[in-house]
Amino acid sequence: MRKSFLAENPSVLWFIAVLAVFTVVVTLLSEVTGVGLISTSFVKTLGKTLCLCLVAIAMDVVWGYCGILSLGHFAFFGIGGYAIGMWLMYARTEGIVIESLAGQPIPPTSAEVSDAIGNQIFGVVGSSEFPWIWAFADNLFLQLLMVVLVPGLLALVFGWLAFRSRVTGVYLSILTQAMTLALALYLFQNDSGLRGNNGLSGLQNIPGFENTSQAVISVIFFIASALALAAGYIFFAWIVSGKMGSVVKGIRDNEARVRFLGYHVESYKLFIFTATAVVAGIAGALYYPQAGIINPGEIAPIASIYLAVWVAIGGRGRLYGAVIGAAFVSLLSSWFTGGGAPDINLGFYVVQWTDWWLVLLGLSFVAVTLFFPKGIGGLFDLLVRKQS
Amino acid sequence: MSMLLEVSGVTVTFDGFRAINNLSINFAKSELRAIIGPNGAGKTTFMDIVTGKTKPDEGTVIWGDRNVSLLGMSESQIAREGIGRKFQKPTVFEAQTVRQNLAMALKTPRGPFAVLMHKKTKPNAERIEAVADQIGLLDSLTRVAGELSHGQKQWLEIGMLLAQEPRLMLVDEPAAGMTPEEREKTTDILKEAAKTRAVVVVEHDMEFVRRLDCKVTVLHEGAVLAEGSLDHVTSNQTVIDVYLGRAHA
Repeated sequence: MRKSFLAENPSVLWFIAVLAVFTVVVTLLSEVTGVGLISTSFVKTLGKTLCLCLVAIAMDVVWGYCGILSLGHFAFFGIGGYAIGMWLMYARTEGIVIESLAGQPIPPTSAEVSDAIGNQIFGVVGSSEFPWIWAFADNLFLQLLMVVLVPGLLALVFGWLAFRSRVTGVYLSILTQAMTLALALYLFQNDSGLRGNNGLSGLQNIPGFENTSQAVISVIFFIASALALAAGYIFFAWIVSGKMGSVVKGIRDNEARVRFLGYHVESYKLFIFTATAVVAGIAGALYYPQAGIINPGEIAPIASIYLAVWVAIGGRGRLYGAVIGAAFVSLLSSWFTGGGAPDINLGFYVVQWTDWWLVLLGLSFVAVTLFFPKGIGGLFDLLVRKQS
Repeated sequence: MSMLLEVSGVTVTFDGFRAINNLSINFAKSELRAIIGPNGAGKTTFMDIVTGKTKPDEGTVIWGDRNVSLLGMSESQIAREGIGRKFQKPTVFEAQTVRQNLAMALKTPRGPFAVLMHKKTKPNAERIEAVADQIGLLDSLTRVAGELSHGQKQWLEIGMLLAQEPRLMLVDEPAAGMTPEEREKTTDILKEAAKTRAVVVVEHDMEFVRRLDCKVTVLHEGAVLAEGSLDHVTSNQTVIDVYLGRAHA
């Protein structure tokens, strides 16, 4: 008798159950229900954390399962954010412009409206013209399509070139770092068409929901992020189970052997690289409306390295490990750097965590790599072993 | 009789060193062949050429009934054409179970989409079990391959080759590190496999070659030095000089 996918992967059901309980509890304790134990800004932090967990499982699939240490997946996350940010900014500015021009005796022409929107958005970089990449910014559906298509196509072209030339290991990692660095540097330019280092802002204001409070919007995005994480988790768990999982793990452990079995390794890598890039884009599109702002600094090379650190600390090669790593380290990071952790006065020196957090993170990364290669997720193995 | 694989006039040079020098060698559709020769004779390079890992500078490699050239094909295409290879060092996927290893090797569609949509079926499970039985690992199907003994890993890799259902099996030192009983069993598996396909065994161990009881090709400096029965080639004076003599010296 063939067992169903979920029956063979009980950890997926466990994960979904825990995530569902968490989502319901946070929603009930939020300001929306009047309980207010969890502030709106903390709901946003939790919602953003769920998006980071989603991009972390994508990273785990590409690195932990397929063995491709991509240090550029945060670029796809950022592209997703920019893609949705363009529509958010355009639609909201359009609303404001139309409102302000409404009082005039002669109704404004569409060219005037367009000019005014252009001035509003691009005035900060000394321009008023809409660059060509904003061609679809007035259309939510098309811009949502861009969230998926742009990271997907970039990953497809980049991956095709890299994998076809059999670039592997540290060389591939360096190439992906170069990709995200080049993209960040390009976006930093004022004439890149995406407002240079100002980035896109005001993304927390959702057009059409001007009269809805941020408390409600934050909960909606929180729940949407939870649903996306659940869907992404099931999707990736399905991919890395069964025969596909065997081949992908085989590529990680011995690429040449898989090739001699008759599998076209490059196609598999390209599939994994592109699928994870698309999910990273979706995660970014959910993250930045909660963050409210995106700028090129978000996709600096260090961001993608953090992603790898989360996955390593959480435990490579198990999806829940990536979720634990991303949630644990990113929340801890905002606690330490946000002034939550009390400074330690040693008498001769005061340890300020805003400065020392990175040192602590670096040390724990080294410690995990050396002493606990299975990461935090490895603790679950001990639990399971005790039971049986 | 038309040949399964015809290698003719192949030359490979690595940094001026001629690893393969105008090599010509043919294999029939169903035969067992042993290739012997001193270190550096070009045995592994020969396998690399046939499996597409190394591209020769000159010569042709013609394959199968359709007489297609293998030289323009990638490793995975050649494998799908029906050439399977076992490496010198046992290379199985240690993190996965014996069953998963065999399932991956089993002759089924190899495209990513087909693999993603792959469903376990009863006939496939039976094929896996049949192969596992043949290599004596039927009781170990759920074990992780990394836990197997060295000899069992060698068998698993041979089993993966069998599961691929290749028309040509290239087997590099299958008996390395095996106990005498294990060797005997390996001989049986290879002889059985050679009834329906071509099996080419590269081996150093003369005792093992003798047990295979098949046609032997001696390689030396990238070319065929002698060919025939083991007794025939071992009585050849040149072979004694360059290979056997060296081993005894």
